[in-house]
Amino acid sequence: MKILICLKQVPAKDSPPRIHGDSTWIREDDLSYEINEPDSYALEEALQLKEKHGGEVVVCSVGPARVQQVIREALAKGADRAIHIEDNSRSKADSLFTARIMAEAVRPESFDLILTGLQSDDLGLGQTGVILAELLGMPHATIIMEVQVPDGHLSGQFKVKRELEGGWFQWVEIPLPALLTIQSGINKPRYATLKGIKAARTKEIRHLTTEQLQLKPTDILEGQRLRRVYVPTKTKKTEFLEGSPQEVATKLVERLQREVRLL
Amino acid sequence: MSEALLVVMEQQEGKLNRMSWEALAAAQQLARELSRPVEAVVMGQNIGNLAQEVAASQLSCVRLAENPLLEFYTPDAYCLALQQVIAAAKPYLVLLPHTYQVRDFAPKLATALGRSFLSDCIGFRQENGELVFTRQLFQGKINADISFAGDPPYLASLQAGSFRVDQVVSGDKPAPLEIEKIAIAAEKVRTKPLEKFQEAKRTVDLAQAEIIVAVGRGIKEQENLSLILKLADALGAEIGGSRPVCDSGWLPMERQIGSSGQTVAPKLYLALGISGAIQHMVGMKGSRTIVAINKDPNAPIFEVADYGIVGNLFDIVPALLEEISKTKGR
Repeated sequence: MKILICLKQVPAKDSPPRIHGDSTWIREDDLSYEINEPDSYALEEALQLKEKHGGEVVVCSVGPARVQQVIREALAKGADRAIHIEDNSRSKADSLFTARIMAEAVRPESFDLILTGLQSDDLGLGQTGVILAELLGMPHATIIMEVQVPDGHLSGQFKVKRELEGGWFQWVEIPLPALLTIQSGINKPRYATLKGIKAARTKEIRHLTTEQLQLKPTDILEGQRLRRVYVPTKTKKTEFLEGSPQEVATKLVERLQREVRLL
Repeated sequence: MSEALLVVMEQQEGKLNRMSWEALAAAQQLARELSRPVEAVVMGQNIGNLAQEVAASQLSCVRLAENPLLEFYTPDAYCLALQQVIAAAKPYLVLLPHTYQVRDFAPKLATALGRSFLSDCIGFRQENGELVFTRQLFQGKINADISFAGDPPYLASLQAGSFRVDQVVSGDKPAPLEIEKIAIAAEKVRTKPLEKFQEAKRTVDLAQAEIIVAVGRGIKEQENLSLILKLADALGAEIGGSRPVCDSGWLPMERQIGSSGQTVAPKLYLALGISGAIQHMVGMKGSRTIVAINKDPNAPIFEVADYGIVGNLFDIVPALLEEISKTKGR
């Protein structure tokens, strides 16, 4: 089975984004980056499927040179090779643009299965995977918590467990080739071993640009325009309690009694 | 002529969901600002009663899209049906609730229509005659204003809780029904949905709790939970958790609060070491009083907190326990 896993590099959770002077975007140089959390579960799922059923795991990531960090991490964990599409234009904020250039890059490879995380921790649009499926003419299923492969019939129907709202789930049968977006918590992502890190050094990373894909950014539909980014103004007035732990505890209990009428 | 705002009302097992009514309220509000009519569409099979229910709202019409292949949701059938409805209705803007189902089909629908889809928006306004939607980025730390480009129809979905169901305006008389002829070739529906189920019978109903103590990643290790349990005990509270804590198995899944878990609105919600991811906040921001303790002063949870304490929960919770026991002893 030939599996593609789409990875995104996002600002680390503890790396606070600050806004660029002209309010058009954040100051990217300030940030430290990490692999998008749901994508790390998708990668683990791909690696486990390969270990059980054989095949190849290929990583694809879109972004500037820095995204090679997450590509290397995935190769160190056991992915076989990678495709890096170097772009730092509209792919920053437009899923349709990102999916379109990925579709061009991966279409000739005819993957059996494509996995992505269900959404990114930075933009949270949750669209790139589903759009990619549509562009490649594949069926998809989102927010997946389990993947069942029929015995020895990789060409047959997969059974996948979709998470629904409020603690409900549903099994869905889906034929290959297909795209699945993976929910956090589906598995326990592995750590890279020293051996894996060494092995990753010799694995292939193919570099592509939009020019090499013969795509002009102006040819790709621009259905949305980012006007500005800003720090949200608070709608609720928060009273911050300050002092030593003992002092804040006293203040909080006092307010819970007096204003909330609890305790 | 692209005219109306079209609201996609989601139904499952013959029930319209709450977020669809929020989207309807939002559409009515925006329609007043834009001086445009509002229409709604309901999809399924044998759901005439639901169309009637929607028609009680102030709408220029309710479009009823029925087909045997729409009885159980699939992204393929829903997209094919909505493409036909959109071709007939020629809406200016399609508004959807940002549910799991919408997340599953709307990006595909927009792509098939050659449009962008602005997902999980929290509001909108007109600016110099242009419609601008607001979305949250970086887990709620930054907002972005985005407008559409190109021709209508535009598509956007709204985050749970961004608009209020009680703002839906009823009509003087029922809105007219438009019966849509929906043709779906069975072979175009590639996935097959099976039975829906719950993993385990839910034994705690956090929605009924008066006080909830909720923990997030800030707890660091499972062993540290005993401290939180003591606090919950002292307050007579139920304990809940954010998704990562439940994913790690530190708390049972049934105690997860947020879009994939339970939605709660207790009198007091104490958030310990929870940064406040959007998926968590939609499940608790309706709480009457919210107290947040977090070491990061920029954590989004403080946006919704009434009382905030910036600090280490392992210093503050023991002090709080002591103070509570002193108070009770009085």
